[in-house]
Amino acid sequence: MATTPSPAPPDCRPGLSTPLDRRSRALRLAIVGAFASAGRGHLGSAFSLVEMLRVLYDDILRFDPVRPDWADRDRLILSKGHGCLALYAILADKGFFPAAELARFCRPEGILGGHPEFGKIPGVEASTGSLGHGLSMGVGRAMALRGRGRVFVVDSDGECNEGSLWEAALHAAKHRLDNLAVLVDYNHMQSYGPTAEVLPLDPLGAKWEAFGFEVEEVDGHDLDALRAALRRVPFRAGRPSVLICHTVKGKGVPFLEQNAAWHHKSKATDEEIRALLAALETA
Amino acid sequence: MRKTCLDCVYELARMDERVVFLGSDLGAGTLDRFKADLPDRFFMEGISEAHLVGMAAGLALEGKIVYFNTIATFITRRCFEQIVLDLCLHRAKVRLIGSGGGLVYAPLGPTHLATEDIAILRTLPGMTILAPADATEMRRLMPVTLDLPGPVYIRLGKGGDPVVTDPAQPFVLGRPYLLRPGGDTLLVSTGTMAQMALDAADRLEAQGLRAGVLHLPTLKPLDTEAVLAHLALARAVVSLEEHTRIGGLGSILAELLAETPFPSPKRFARLGLPDAFAEQYGSQASLLAHMGLSVESVVEAALGLHARR
Repeated sequence: MATTPSPAPPDCRPGLSTPLDRRSRALRLAIVGAFASAGRGHLGSAFSLVEMLRVLYDDILRFDPVRPDWADRDRLILSKGHGCLALYAILADKGFFPAAELARFCRPEGILGGHPEFGKIPGVEASTGSLGHGLSMGVGRAMALRGRGRVFVVDSDGECNEGSLWEAALHAAKHRLDNLAVLVDYNHMQSYGPTAEVLPLDPLGAKWEAFGFEVEEVDGHDLDALRAALRRVPFRAGRPSVLICHTVKGKGVPFLEQNAAWHHKSKATDEEIRALLAALETA
Repeated sequence: MRKTCLDCVYELARMDERVVFLGSDLGAGTLDRFKADLPDRFFMEGISEAHLVGMAAGLALEGKIVYFNTIATFITRRCFEQIVLDLCLHRAKVRLIGSGGGLVYAPLGPTHLATEDIAILRTLPGMTILAPADATEMRRLMPVTLDLPGPVYIRLGKGGDPVVTDPAQPFVLGRPYLLRPGGDTLLVSTGTMAQMALDAADRLEAQGLRAGVLHLPTLKPLDTEAVLAHLALARAVVSLEEHTRIGGLGSILAELLAETPFPSPKRFARLGLPDAFAEQYGSQASLLAHMGLSVESVVEAALGLHARR
């Protein structure tokens, strides 16, 4: 049963079943292709991320797919590793590896696992999958790169349940890491159900602010708003930034949207795949 | 031993600009010289071990070599998942320096007694585990840690442990060191238990039983061929460790002995801490004895193996 996202500031409240442009639809189709080849994956968690990652890779991050370890690149850590299908789709789109690799998702011969691995996948900066690790690694990288490189960490809302994330936030503020930006994918749903019921996070922005971050909030599917906010990073000199992205879990497919049953799916049927593709055709 | 170890970190940092020091709220004055001379590479952070292991991994992924020191229980238990994933899976060059391996903090109780650190870390792919016997061995060992691939755990004993190793012997990763050549009994120890093994060998000799002492400062990766060469010469083997009998040195030797087809089976006893939390306080020595580790218990175990028919 779909539930409506809990309150967000009025101008960043994402709408349900709003239309997608061609690129957002194409990226979701690539995600469904990978998902279908394995019959499994965290589809809802990937779909809420698409616009965030798209704007980062299209407009914000410095990188070179031919030299994924280029020293002057920006680092992107997908701390919510279960959203990796979205990252894989965009990395393939950018040419970090051939798009054909997506069809080997979770296969023995493939490099793309159900969670992303550093050293195995070009463009992946940290092995994640257990929540609450990525921000700490991002803080360490940002400390080492101070003055010469930026680090972006994408966390999930459920991940904000982890104590280690808040430890990392304290340390990021202590070290005044204005080369570190966190994006929280606040789709208001975690595995079991609404975050408001499993473990309430609100007021989430105030928490980050109290921990020493400069906070902005945005509709995480509004491309212009995302672009504008991410271009303002760091939001304030001498402080780490956090962009709370209010999103819709499963964005783009009505029967996925805010539906906990699609947080993770295994043994997806051909019928379900056909329904996903059909829904995206008209999204 | 701790002071020597941290002095070595300072010296390594002077030599190599990749080296950084990380501590979690250590005692006032710790490494003041490092802080004064190399402030950009000295990080005294808060009591956030789980985060700090991840942060150390991040620093290492950008080319730093991180020496991270805090109390052994806190650097192994709370942050175990970070050690597994952030350090081992990323092959991060982070050196965990655990203060107070074993029962060093006897008066402080079970929260501070690192009694299973070797066992849990030994299961992790790519982890190196070192437990030197004294400060001079620490001094020889530390330069070797600089370029080891992946994470390293350095188990510290008590300050002022007697020097039992030979300063002329270079430290080689994985190699066992024969501190005392023996007859057909071999006492095998790790860390500061070498001293107890040597004392027990003296006592045994006085009772007419010649025992050798083999010290293993590296628990992983181990030069098993070299260890087996020593085990092959013995009829009876006694292991002793300031650590639970489950999963540490005794288990390493038991695995080797069980899988090696010796012409005749070895008599073997594992001495270590029982599968129980410490029930009392007192000194390190008194708690060790209470938990079954003393020169007397080693002598008794060795004699017992010989009496067995």
